This record gives sequence, C-alpha cells and structure tokens, in this order.
Amino acid sequence: MRIELEKRPNVSALFSILSPFIAFALTIVFGGIMFALLGKNPAAALYSFFVEPLSEVWSLHELAIKAAPLILIGVGLSVCFRSNNWNIGAEGQFIMGAIAGSILPVVFYDWQSPLVLPLMLVLGMIGGAIFAAIPAFLKAHMNTNEILTSLMLVYVAQLFLDWLVRGPWRNPQGMNFPETRTFGADAILPEMLVSGRTHWGFAFAIIAALLVWFMMRYTLRGFEITVLGQSERAGRFAGFSSRRMIWFSMLFSGALAGLAGISEVSGAIQQLRPVISPGYGFTAIIVAFLGRLNPLGIIAAGLVLALTYLGGEAAQLSIGVSDKVTRVFQGLLLFFVLSCDTLIHYRIRVVRERFAALKTDEAH
Amino acid sequence: MPVKGQIASGPLLAVSNLTKLFGSFAACDAINLHIEPGEIHALLGENGAGKSTLVKMLFGVLAPTAGEILWMGDNVRITSPGDARKLGIGMVFQHFSLFEALTVAENIALSMDRSISLARVAEEAARLSRVYGLPLDPNAHVADLSVGERQRIEIVRALLQNPQLIILDEPTSVLTPQEADRLFETLLKLKAEGRSVLYISHRLEEVQRLCDRATVLRHGKVTGACDPRAETPASLARMMVGNDVAVVTPEGTSTTGDVQLEACHLSVAARTPFAVSLKDVSLKVRAGEVLAIAGVAGNGQSELFDALSGEYPVADDNAVQIRQKPVGTKNINARRLMGAGFVPEERHGHAAVSSLSLSDNLVLARNQSDRRAFLGGGFLKIIRQGAVKAAARRISAAMDVRKSGEDPPAGSLSGGNLQKFIVGRELDRQPAVLVVNQPTWGVDAGAASRIRQALVDLAKAGSAVLVISQDLDEIFEVATEIAVISEGRLSDPYPARELSREKIGLLMGGMHGKTEGAGAAHAH
Repeated sequence: MRIELEKRPNVSALFSILSPFIAFALTIVFGGIMFALLGKNPAAALYSFFVEPLSEVWSLHELAIKAAPLILIGVGLSVCFRSNNWNIGAEGQFIMGAIAGSILPVVFYDWQSPLVLPLMLVLGMIGGAIFAAIPAFLKAHMNTNEILTSLMLVYVAQLFLDWLVRGPWRNPQGMNFPETRTFGADAILPEMLVSGRTHWGFAFAIIAALLVWFMMRYTLRGFEITVLGQSERAGRFAGFSSRRMIWFSMLFSGALAGLAGISEVSGAIQQLRPVISPGYGFTAIIVAFLGRLNPLGIIAAGLVLALTYLGGEAAQLSIGVSDKVTRVFQGLLLFFVLSCDTLIHYRIRVVRERFAALKTDEAH
Repeated sequence: MPVKGQIASGPLLAVSNLTKLFGSFAACDAINLHIEPGEIHALLGENGAGKSTLVKMLFGVLAPTAGEILWMGDNVRITSPGDARKLGIGMVFQHFSLFEALTVAENIALSMDRSISLARVAEEAARLSRVYGLPLDPNAHVADLSVGERQRIEIVRALLQNPQLIILDEPTSVLTPQEADRLFETLLKLKAEGRSVLYISHRLEEVQRLCDRATVLRHGKVTGACDPRAETPASLARMMVGNDVAVVTPEGTSTTGDVQLEACHLSVAARTPFAVSLKDVSLKVRAGEVLAIAGVAGNGQSELFDALSGEYPVADDNAVQIRQKPVGTKNINARRLMGAGFVPEERHGHAAVSSLSLSDNLVLARNQSDRRAFLGGGFLKIIRQGAVKAAARRISAAMDVRKSGEDPPAGSLSGGNLQKFIVGRELDRQPAVLVVNQPTWGVDAGAASRIRQALVDLAKAGSAVLVISQDLDEIFEVATEIAVISEGRLSDPYPARELSREKIGLLMGGMHGKTEGAGAAHAH
C-alpha cells in the first residue's frame, strides 16, 4: 500500500476554504498532545490557552491590540506575496517605522501640536518603506534574493533600535534604563472605545484590510499584482513591469509595517525600548497565509494569531508552562496551513494495486 | 528463454487493451497495436491524441493502468527505461536529454555500462555513425552542434544498445527538409537490417513516404490501422481528426498596400546565454498581406517577436516602425495603442494566465488599448466586469471557443480552444498590424484551420499580418510572401507561389548546411 498525491483537474474550491480550518484543528490536536506530554491535562490547558483569554472585556481589548499590527502587516505582506515578492523582513520595517515615527516625541519632545500624531504616523510609514526599499533596490537592480536580504535587515533594525535606546535616545531622566522618554500627550494614539485600551491602530488595520481587499478585487492594480505573481512573462505581455511591482509591493508592505510599528509604540508602549515587538513581523507571515492572502481572511487570521500570544501569557500564569508555547503553536499552525494547502491542488489516494501486481508476477 | 528465436515469425511487439488513466481521464483507452519485425510503423494522431503516453508506457516511463505488452510473444512488465533497453527497445525523444557542456562521446557514455571506456564508446559511436550515414564527431561539444546533429547523437545512443525496435517521437519537427531526408535514409537502412521502427508523427506526407503501416489514434483510442500508401492524405486526416478539415488558401491577399509594419536593420544582442541574437533583420509587411517567417525552432523567432511586440524594446527607435512611425523604444501597450496586436507562441504563462478566467485574460492583453471600455472609476482604474465579460462572450462566439461554463479559467480549455480565444482576443480589435508567433502550435486540425482562415481574412480586410511559424504546411496555407529566419538572420522575402519546400529548406539550412559539412569531414 502506498499513498499517492494525484493532481486535481481543477483547484478545489471546497478545500481552499476548508484548508485553514483543517490546519487549525490539527494544530489544536497536536497542541493537546504536546500538553499531555508535558504532563498537563490537555483539555484544561487548551481551554486556558484558547478560550479563557476571550472571556473578559479587558482581554478582548488586549486581543485587538495584539491583532492590530498582525493584520496591518499581514495585509501589506499579502500584496507582496501575491505579486511573488517575498518580503520576510516586516519585523525590521516595523521597528524602523517605530523609530522614524518616534523622532518627533523623542528628539523634538517639547514641540506640542495636534500635528505631531499625524506626522508621526506618516514618518512611521516612510521609515518602514525606506527600510523595505533596500531589499527592493537589491532585487530590482541586482537580482538579489529578497528573502535573504529582507530577513538579514531585521537584525540590523533590531540592533539599531537597541543602540538608540541605550545610547543617543536614552531618557536623561530615566535612571539609566534603556528606554526613551515617554511620549507626550500629543504623541499618543488615543483609545478607540471607552471600554478599554484598544487604540486606533486596530481601526487602521481594518481600514487597510478593506482598502486592499477592494484594490485586489476591483482595480487594474490588483489585477496587475495577481498577474505578475502568477507569471512574470504574461505580466510583461500585458504591459506590466515586474521591476516596478517589486518597488510597489515592497514599499507598500514596508509602509504598512512601519505604520504598525509606530501605532504600537505610540498607542500601546508610549516609548521606545530595546524590544518593541514579540515577533509581529514574522507572525504576520503566518497571518497572511492562514488568511489565504485575502485581506478579509487576514482579519480573522490576525485575531487567531493574536490569541496565541494571549494564550501564551495565560498559559504561563494558569498552567505554568513557558510562553515559548506561543511559538510552538504558531509554528504548528504555519506548518499545517502550508501542508493543508496541498489538498487544494491534489487529492490523496491510497493505492493497493502494487500488491495485486506482485501477485500477477508470481503467476508467471 | 530459448523459444525467442522461433517466435520471430510473430509480431515483435504486440499491445493489447493498453490503458492509461490520469485521474478519470483516459489518455490511452484500450489500445491494440502490433509491430512486425522489419517494418516502419507509423503512430499517427493529433496533439493530445495519446501518442506520447503510449510510447512512454512502451519505454517504461509511465506504468500502464491496465492491459498487456507482449514482446516477441512474452508478456512483459516494463518498469523503467533500463528494462526497455534490456529488452531491445531504443527511444529517441522529441526533447533531447543531452548535457551541452559535455562532448558527444561523453553524453553517449553516460547512458552506457560504466565498465566501457570512453575511448571505446567514441570508437563505436564513430563506427555506427559511419555505417548509418549519421555524420558525427564524437569529440565535438554538444553546445556547438545543430539540432539535427543533436538528434543524431540520440539516435546513435539508441543504436549502441543494438535495439530490435527504435521509437522516434516527432523526429522531424526540429529538422530542415534536407536533414529530414537524411534521417529517412537512416531509417530505411535500419529497416533493411530487420529492425523495426515506431515512427510517431502528425505529418501525413512523411508517413506516406516512409511507413509500411500506420495506427491512428484519436482521443486516446485507435481509430484506424491501415497501409498509409493506400490512403489519401484526406482519408488519413479524417481518421486523425474525425471530420473533414476546411482548406485554407492565401487567395485574395496582396502586397500592394502601404507598409504597416517595418523592421529596419534590427539587431538585438542575446539576452541570455541560451538566446539567439538578431542580426540586421529587415522586413516590411504591407496592408493586405500575410508575411510568413519560416525557420527551424530556436533560430531567433521568439527574439524577433519580443522586439516587434515591444515586450523587450530595442535601443534604436527607428529599428521597428508601426504604421510608419518609429516605435523601437516604445513598450508593448504603446504599440497596441497604435493599432498593433500580438499573439505569442506560449499560451500558458505568456499569452494567458492559466488560473485566471477568460475575461481576466482579455483584460491581460487589452487593459490599455480598450481602457475606455474596460476601465472606470478615474484614477482608481476599476475593471468593468460587465463590459469585459460581454466582450469575452463576443470573442468566444466569433471564434467558436468551446468551454465549460460561462467564464472558466483559461487552463481548463483545450489548447485549440484557448488559442482560438487568444487569437480572437486580438482579431476582435480589428488590429491594423498583427504579429503572431506559431499560431497553431499544438492545436488540433479543426481549430488550426479556423485560426489560419481568420488570419487570411484579417489580411484581406486590409491589415498587415506577420506569421512566424515552423510549420511549412501552415505557411503555404496563409502566406502571401515568405521569408526564412536562420541563426538570427532573415532572408529576403519571396512570393509564396514562387517558393518550393526545397528552396525554403535550403534557406533554413543557411549556416547550418556549412557547419554540418565541416562536422561530416571531422567524422570521416
């Protein structure tokens, strides 16, 4: 007996919808097995990981705060990935956006104006876009692999931030802690709702998702992204330039990652620290794929992945396991999403004919 | 098995009810076929009829789903090309599997037993190439050889195994008429030695000239077994296609109109190591004419198409002119806006995106030329699905595109139907200039005839049509004038009715003829 993958004549519509759900279910099953191996009751552990964080209003706000950068970055990455540009460095663009946006509240901290916040957001986008322009330039003009360059630049951004907050940008009144000044009132992204901490970053994320959904579905630009992602040659035939698309998609996703960075810093942390992201830029890659690179799916996927962050925190407290569990769940999820996607193009067949063939051989 | 010799009086190879399923699709459906010793047996059929699948099963590349293969009367299971070679089956594939950086002898040695020394392989190859009239220098590097010479390597490689049956898959599709003639002599020599040849082709003329018997496939089934010499081309075509195919002629086209498309001393350096550079190409296509460019594949046809279409603009603005305006540096959409239309050779991933719907594939080619009709919403450039779908329906109706559903993905259409849509997509605009590369490559005869007629009709209506094709039958059906491309150089155009196949063959050979002469001198 052997298992064969057989190519479907047409892409399965059923499995392209089901695949993320199957992946999520498998993640839960294997997560349960992992908890059991750790000596915890799987049902109780899974409950405190996935359900408890949803049971209170304040924790729902935390969910939205965590989901906002994931969705914002994921939406930008979906444009990149659909156009066959593999920006893996959103984490670095997130950090550079946060740094660029923080110039005003950290360096020009005594300037008070309602213009500060909008300018910070714009600077954040520019910072992220400029940092994404490096791999874009290298790919468009030197044919360099953007996966490697964008990934390596993440570490550059992380170390640059670390140097800034320990060096030139350290808070002079901060007892030598590696932190910048806390932002002034004008530099803080306000809360969206009266019920809790959710800031406007979540609204940015939803708006960005809706706009990109509209672009991909209805406009020639969206069509260009799809075509160039499927076949560069067909795109050239259509008069589209893959080089310009490298620039567009990288700058666009960089700008959204930068916006996510400055929103996170301005809305949730309100100062710069050596570490401002629990890996949002990388987790957003999972979000983009779990959401099928569809902006509306990415909203849902962003909420699911945000839950794994909250679950990790909860798991530390209530069941006493390391918050590395979060990483394990995210890894499992990405693994299963990618493998379940096989079902969209292939069907699985269990073949027993080999046995029969052997029998006829013996007959000779 | 001592009985082998006695069974030589029966068929060498017999196939009964051989079936290959891909999913639910039967590529070969209960095929019956037998090949006698010492005969040249033709396997005829259109693209997609199941010929290649059948021979892949015979050569152990694919495993049959059902049915039997009898070799000299014994039921055999051929699970690998190695098995097939051991039995005595040799194969020359349509697409060669040679390492360009290695010499002829090294390439041959790769498929042989490791214990045989390179010198012996070279010696043996040289001997065989002499005996069978296949001039070949064992020490030449494959990269330096013409396509015809590369094919000889494959044939010599197959002959070294001393096979009883040699399978050739569309061997003449890459050869000039003269090279093909030489191949036929070799095949007749093999036959005289009592070896059998299974000759796969869709070219009726060759089959009638060469083959003793023919088996015709259509849609995976045997539709006829006959003596091709007793049949007419029309009756053979009927077995292949299933019905009579309309005859196309270039009648009514003329070269009296104004020049609409011109290339003027167009030279383009090769973009990649595998590309051909264009050398001083000049051509003129007038309103009302079809200029056909003949040539063996890989002599600069795609490079010429790229330069004329503007997918890769050239440095000299005057090198390409559309309607007497220089466009050399302009991109493809600028050229479309001046009234030109383009149909590239490769359907999937160039002329069309397989996963996108037909209407999306319409937007692909006409997003700028028809922006007033297809795009709305100002700078947002929203695609007007209604208008696009209506146009896609109109094209499908005009070209008789058979499809499942209203707006299916391009990849779900058969080659012929997709090509009809791709050509129709341009015809629908009534372009003043149309450039088509391999208009009916891999297309069934019915669709091919329809496409060719549409090209002739477009010229008759006053457009300038440039057809780049490897298919001489096609060229004679559509061309007012014919030029030949060889190694990136284009010959002068000749009126089609003054040209014979032999003359075209000589022009195609161009430089090839000379290098082959030199190669032959080496070998002897």
